[in-house]
Amino acid sequence: MSARRRRRAAAEQEEEEEEEEAAEAGSDKEVDLDERLHELDLRSDSDIPDVPPPTDSTPEILKKALSGLSARWKNWWIRGILSLAMISGFFLIIYLGSFMLMLLVLSIQVKCYHEIITIGYRVYHSYDLPWFRSLSWYFLLCVNYFFYGETVADYFATFVQRREQLQFLIRYHRFISFALYLTGFCMFVLSLVKKHYRLQFYMFAWTHVTLLITVTQSHLVIQNLFEGMIWFLVPISSVICNDITAYIFGFFFGRTPLIKLSPKKTWEGFIGGFFSTVVFGFIFSYFLAQHQYFVCPVEYNSETNRFVTECEPSELFQMKKYSVPPLLQAVLGWETVNMYPFQMHSFALSTFASLIGPFGGFFASGFKRAFKIKDFADTIPGHGGIMDRFDCQYLMATFVHVYITSFIRGPNPSKLLKQLLILQPEQQLSVYKTLKSHLVEKGILQPSLRG
Amino acid sequence: LQESESETKLDGETASDSESKSDFGGSSPVPTSDDTPEVLNRALSNLSSRWKNWWVRGILTLAMITFFFIIIYLGPMVLMTIVMCVQIKCFHEIITIGYNVYHSYDLPWFRTLSWYFLLCVNYFFYGETVTDYFFTLVQREEPLRILSKYHRFISFALYLTGFCMFVLSLVKKHYRLQFYMFGWTHVTLLIVVTQSHLIIHNLFEGMIWFIVPISCVICNDIMAYMFGFFFGRTPLIKLSPKKTWEGFIGGFFSTVLFGLLLSYVMSGYRCFTCPVEFNNDTNSFTMDCEPSELFQLQEYNIPVVLQSVVGWKTVRMYPFQIHSIALSTFASLIGPFGGFFASGFKRAFKIKDFANTIPGHGGIMDRFDCQYLMATFVNVYIASFIRGPNPSKLIQQFLTLRPDQQLHIFNTLKAHLVDRGILGSLEDA
Repeated sequence: MSARRRRRAAAEQEEEEEEEEAAEAGSDKEVDLDERLHELDLRSDSDIPDVPPPTDSTPEILKKALSGLSARWKNWWIRGILSLAMISGFFLIIYLGSFMLMLLVLSIQVKCYHEIITIGYRVYHSYDLPWFRSLSWYFLLCVNYFFYGETVADYFATFVQRREQLQFLIRYHRFISFALYLTGFCMFVLSLVKKHYRLQFYMFAWTHVTLLITVTQSHLVIQNLFEGMIWFLVPISSVICNDITAYIFGFFFGRTPLIKLSPKKTWEGFIGGFFSTVVFGFIFSYFLAQHQYFVCPVEYNSETNRFVTECEPSELFQMKKYSVPPLLQAVLGWETVNMYPFQMHSFALSTFASLIGPFGGFFASGFKRAFKIKDFADTIPGHGGIMDRFDCQYLMATFVHVYITSFIRGPNPSKLLKQLLILQPEQQLSVYKTLKSHLVEKGILQPSLRG
Repeated sequence: LQESESETKLDGETASDSESKSDFGGSSPVPTSDDTPEVLNRALSNLSSRWKNWWVRGILTLAMITFFFIIIYLGPMVLMTIVMCVQIKCFHEIITIGYNVYHSYDLPWFRTLSWYFLLCVNYFFYGETVTDYFFTLVQREEPLRILSKYHRFISFALYLTGFCMFVLSLVKKHYRLQFYMFGWTHVTLLIVVTQSHLIIHNLFEGMIWFIVPISCVICNDIMAYMFGFFFGRTPLIKLSPKKTWEGFIGGFFSTVLFGLLLSYVMSGYRCFTCPVEFNNDTNSFTMDCEPSELFQLQEYNIPVVLQSVVGWKTVRMYPFQIHSIALSTFASLIGPFGGFFASGFKRAFKIKDFANTIPGHGGIMDRFDCQYLMATFVNVYIASFIRGPNPSKLIQQFLTLRPDQQLHIFNTLKAHLVDRGILGSLEDA
C-alpha cells in the first residue's frame, strides 16, 4: 500500500510542478483537469469507478415461473435453462447448414467486438470523442473485408470467375483493402483533437487489439468450418463440455483452489473436467465421423448456388483396427479396437480444450477484474455477455487451425491454384516443368512417350 | 523532468524550435542530456545555440546517409541485419515509453515477457518468409527440415507459453497495468515487427525496391523542410505547426523528380534490379539475372501537353520509373501522415522525442516514423501490380498436398497453359 501512496504522492507533486511550469511559461496549453484525472487513473486500480450492477434482463415468463424459489436456486435454474436454450439453438443452426453457421459466427464476432469496445468507452469516458465510434466500426469493416477476400473468395472461385467486377476486386484485393485501411488511418490522424490526444490513442490501440482478437479468430473458425463441420463442432463442443463438467465436478468435489484469479475454480474440477472432456470427445467424434455431412469439406456448388458436403471420406474417417496397448488391454479386455483415426486427433483437441482453454477464461477474468466489471455485457440472462461464453473458444479456434495446417493437410489447393494462375507466363511454365518432373518421379504421373 | 519540460513546448518535434522558444519565456527549461560527441561540441562551441543545433542535425544527417550507402555496398546480408537491429531498437524505445507512462518498471516478469513476445513473433515471421528463400538449404539439414515443416505449430506453442506465463503472472493490485502493458506490447509488435519483415520482403524482390522507397521518404523529409524554411507561410495541420503547405507541395514535386532520377540511375545496374537469391554452393547472396522488362529501356510518347514544354516527341525511360512516380507520390502525400501520427503520439504522452539515441534527431523511431506506412505500401504494390506470389513458395506448398490434389492442380495448370498458347501441344504429356 505504501508504494501506491508514494506513487500517488509523487504524481501529485509532479502535477504541481507541471502547473507551475505552465503558469510561468505562459503556455497556451490549458491545464487539463480531465487529463490529470486520467493520469491518476492509470497508476492505481482504485480510481476506476465501479460499474453499476448489470440490469436484470431475464424475460418475464421465466421470472414468474421461478418466483417461488430462493435467489440462489433461481439463478441456477436461469443459468441452466439458458444453457439448454443455447445448446438447442446451436444444434438447430448446425441442421440449417454451413451458410447459417457462417452468418452466426459473423454475428457473434460483431457482438463481441461491440461489447469490448463499449467497455473501452466506459473505461476512458470517451463516448464523446469526435468520430471515434464511426472509426471503430469502419476499421471492423475494413479488416473483415480483407479477411473475407483472402479466404472465403477462394471457395467461391467458380462463382467469382463468371463476374467481371468481382474479378477486378479479387485481383487487386490487397491493394483495395490497404487503401481502405489507410483512409481510416488518415481520418484518425485528422480527427486528433488537442485536449484528447491520449484518449484517442488509447481507443485506437484498444480497437486494434480487439480486432486482432475477435476478427482473426472468427475467420479461423470459418476456415476450420470449411475444412469439414466436424472440425468446427468437436472443438467447440469440447470447450463447452469442459466448462460444464469442470463446474459440476467443482460443485460436488471441489476443495483445492486452482488459481488466485478465479477463486471458484478448483483442481478437482479441472482434472475431472479434463477426463470427462476427453471421453466426451472420443464418443462425440465417433458419432460424427460416420456422416458425410460433417466429415466432408464444405464446397460451393455454383450450379445450385448452395453449399454441399459430399465427398469420398478421407482416410481420417475410415474405420481402422488399432491394437490396444498392453496396459489398457487388461483394463478393457479387448486386444484390438475399431476406431476412426480422427478420434486420435480428437484426443489432442480435447486435451487442449481442457488444459489450455481455461487460460483464456483466466485471461478474461483478469480483464474483468482489471476493469472492475462483473460481466462483459448483459446480453444473456444469467450468463452475461457473448464474450463471457466465448472467452475460452478463442485460443481453441487458433489451435485447431494450426493443428490442421501442421498435421492434417497442407494449404488449401484452390488458393494455391489461384496463385499459380496469376503468375507471369514464364514463371508458370517453369513451375509446370518442375511439377511435372516431381509427379513423374513419384510415379503419380505416367511419363509420356513424347517426353 | 522530461514531462515538465515538454509542457512549455508547443510541438514535440525539433530541438531547434524548442530552444528558440525557451529564450522567450522567463524560466529556462532543463536541457535534455546532450549526446553530441565531444569533438563536435568543441568544433561548434563558438556558434550560437540555434546554429549549433542546425549544424549538429546537418552533420548527423550526412553521417546517417553515408552509413546507409555503406551498408548498401556491403550487401543484402548486412542490410537484413541492420533492419533487424533497427526493429529491435524501435521496439525497445516504444516499450520504454510504455514503462514510463505506466510507471510499470517493477511489474513482475513484464520486461522478460515483452522481449519473449518479440522473439516469438520474429521467429514466426522469419520462419514463414526467409525459409522460402533458403529452401534448398533447409531441406538438406534434418533439424531445419522438421522445424520448417511444423513451423506454425512450434511458433503457436511458443506464443501460448508466453500467454500462459502472462496469465500466471497477474498480480492482484496491478491487473489493469499489466493488461495495459500487454496491449501496448502487442500493438508495438504489430507496428514494428510486421513492417520490418515487409521491408525484408521488398529487399528480396530487388534492392531497388528497398532503396528507392526509403530514399524517397528521406528526400521528402529534407525537401519539405527546406521548402518550408525558405517559402513556408500557410500552416498545414494543427498537430505539427511547423509543417506548411508550401513545404508539402514543394516536397512532393522534388520527391517525384528525385525518384525519377534515382530510378533511372539504379535501373542500369543488375545488382539493384535482380531479385536476391541465396546461392547454395557459395553460401552467399547473389543478384544475377536477366533483367525483367521493368528494367529495359522503352520508348514512350510524351503526352501532347508536355511536348511543347520539354521539346521532345518521345523519351526513353525504364518502365520502373513510372512505378517510381507512384512510390514517390505515396511517400510525399501519405507518408507524412505517419509523421503526424508519431507527433500526436508524442504529444499524447508528453514526450519530446522517442529517445536520445541520435544527437539532434532523437530516437530511431523519430527517423523511421514515416517509413512504416511506406514499407507496407511497397509490399502491397509489388504484390498487386508487379508480380504475384513467389513461385518457389508455391512449389513448396504444392509438395505438401495429397497426390490426388497435386494431380488435379497439375491438370488445371496444364489446361490453362495450353489455353493461353504458352504450352504447345507438342509438349503435351
